[in-house]
Amino acid sequence: MLSPLLIIPAVLNGLMAGAVYALVALGLTLIYGVLHIINFAHGALLTAAMFAAFFAYHLLGLDPYLAAVGLTPLFFLLGYALQRFVIGPAAHGEDRNILLVTLGLAVVIENALLYAFRADTRTINLPYAFDVVAIGPAFVAVPRLVAFGAVIVVALALWLLMRWTDTGKAIRAVAKEKLGAELSGIDVAHIYAVTFGLGTACLAIAACLLIPTYYVNPSAGNSFVLIAFTTVVLGGMGSVPGALIGGFFVGVVESLSGLYLGESLGQIGIFVMFILVLLFRPNGLFGARA
Amino acid sequence: MRGLGIFLIVMAALAIVPLLTASNVVLNFLVMALLIALAGQGWNLLGGYGGQYSFGHAAFFGTGAYVTAVLQVRYGVNAWLAFGVGIAGGAIVGAVIGALSFRSGLKGSYFALITLAFAEVLRILASVAPLTGAGVGTLIALDLRPAAFQFQSRAPFYWIILALVGASLVLVRLIEDSRFGAYLIAVRENEDAAKALGVNTITIKLGAMILSAAITAAAGGFYAQYFLFVDAGIAYGPWISIDALLAPIVGGIGTVFGPLLGALVIKSLGELTKLVTADAPGLDLALYGCILVLVIAFAPRGIVGILTDIKRCLHPAKTEPPASLEPGHG
Repeated sequence: MLSPLLIIPAVLNGLMAGAVYALVALGLTLIYGVLHIINFAHGALLTAAMFAAFFAYHLLGLDPYLAAVGLTPLFFLLGYALQRFVIGPAAHGEDRNILLVTLGLAVVIENALLYAFRADTRTINLPYAFDVVAIGPAFVAVPRLVAFGAVIVVALALWLLMRWTDTGKAIRAVAKEKLGAELSGIDVAHIYAVTFGLGTACLAIAACLLIPTYYVNPSAGNSFVLIAFTTVVLGGMGSVPGALIGGFFVGVVESLSGLYLGESLGQIGIFVMFILVLLFRPNGLFGARA
Repeated sequence: MRGLGIFLIVMAALAIVPLLTASNVVLNFLVMALLIALAGQGWNLLGGYGGQYSFGHAAFFGTGAYVTAVLQVRYGVNAWLAFGVGIAGGAIVGAVIGALSFRSGLKGSYFALITLAFAEVLRILASVAPLTGAGVGTLIALDLRPAAFQFQSRAPFYWIILALVGASLVLVRLIEDSRFGAYLIAVRENEDAAKALGVNTITIKLGAMILSAAITAAAGGFYAQYFLFVDAGIAYGPWISIDALLAPIVGGIGTVFGPLLGALVIKSLGELTKLVTADAPGLDLALYGCILVLVIAFAPRGIVGILTDIKRCLHPAKTEPPASLEPGHG
């Protein structure tokens, strides 16, 4: 049996790691909630964002936290364009086709990155990457603490956007009743693209929060995809609070199962949880909707 | 049997290739294309006819490959027997995944997700379990006797994979005309309506999944014998899941010849890219992704659909039944 002295830090670190999962999942669940599709290109887009953050530091000397200011609108535009000019027209409005188109995009992005940057793993060295602060009996890395705070801010900002702006209202209307929204003069194709853009912008922020402590290679985003899927399914597809809570929960489970089972089997813990949730509670633990 | 003429011509044309050339490059290329055609035919049965898009057919391919290899290496089982057990093993994995997902009512995106997750779980397990050789993989000892499913030259391998592809073509053709096939297509077109008319949709989907898994597992078992090596990234890697769905979609989803046609086309394009770009990693797969998006955007019925359209343009007088997507009537 492990002592609380080991378990408490593990839980705390899991919570901090879970913040980034929550952010990645937030983007995914936003897109699912409005477009009703699973974006299989999510992981590849995250990898692309991580490369962007890496080169912003490497070539321009931009601190990742500073780079987020520029990369977030850039990835919003990228996501907007992808949905408006590629996914939307190519899918002919069929769900099965959207599935395949996003998978195709994932393959293209991932392998274009592999071609451009080879399979090398890259990291950046920041002076504060290994700074820690003590919280009770645990030591938490500063970048993780920053990530935790940033995710809370982003979630709040998104909530305000959804609640109080016209665009937010339009997004909610399209999510609820697409035809009705269209009849009241909302440009559905535009709203779809805006939502996709917001989901992609979340990835740019997540990438900037990850890069100080994580590495990047052409498949780096993939380890986050299934975690994000798990998180989203766990929290109930399309539910924003669900994605947040699910993200933190997955972080803790991963940290604890890593403690008990070791690194590579720790990953299995997540997959098994994912499969079990899909099989027995496909609407999520909070049963958002049928 | 409808399409028998085309079938015989295609098989005969492919069968004489080793008699015309002894080039290992040509035979190797065709073996890989046929391997993808076989795996793709498995995907096509479930995805093309049943409308259940799996993103994790690697689970069946890998099981076929590992069972074939591990039974020989660790338990001294005869290679042919191991190959047969590998196919059965793939079918069992298909039955388990299918029973779990279909009973839970998973479809569409959810079905794609759970098949992907199962393939990934198997990949991670295979990369740590001692039984599968963990990270090192499993190497089958060289034993160049036909009794050990190994041959001096590539030609016998080529004929075996061609025969397997031929058998899968006939099987799918027969299913197309059977009651089971009609039920399966009904599930694809409108599952609720099929259910309301008394079709046991879970049993139908499960049956399609088991057959589909067995066909793809046969491709995996053949792979193990052909290369005499299996590791987790090859057997359960995402590449085979993508190739298996790309071939039928490019060739013509839900058609008998689609996977074979698609596999030949994408493998040709892949080799061409490698040639032009001096084997740069990733570029061939990036091209596959582009093809996938382009085909869905501009030719959702694949090459078979394009050929049908061309034929209709050339013979406008000959009216064909509107509902059919099939090439080669009469």
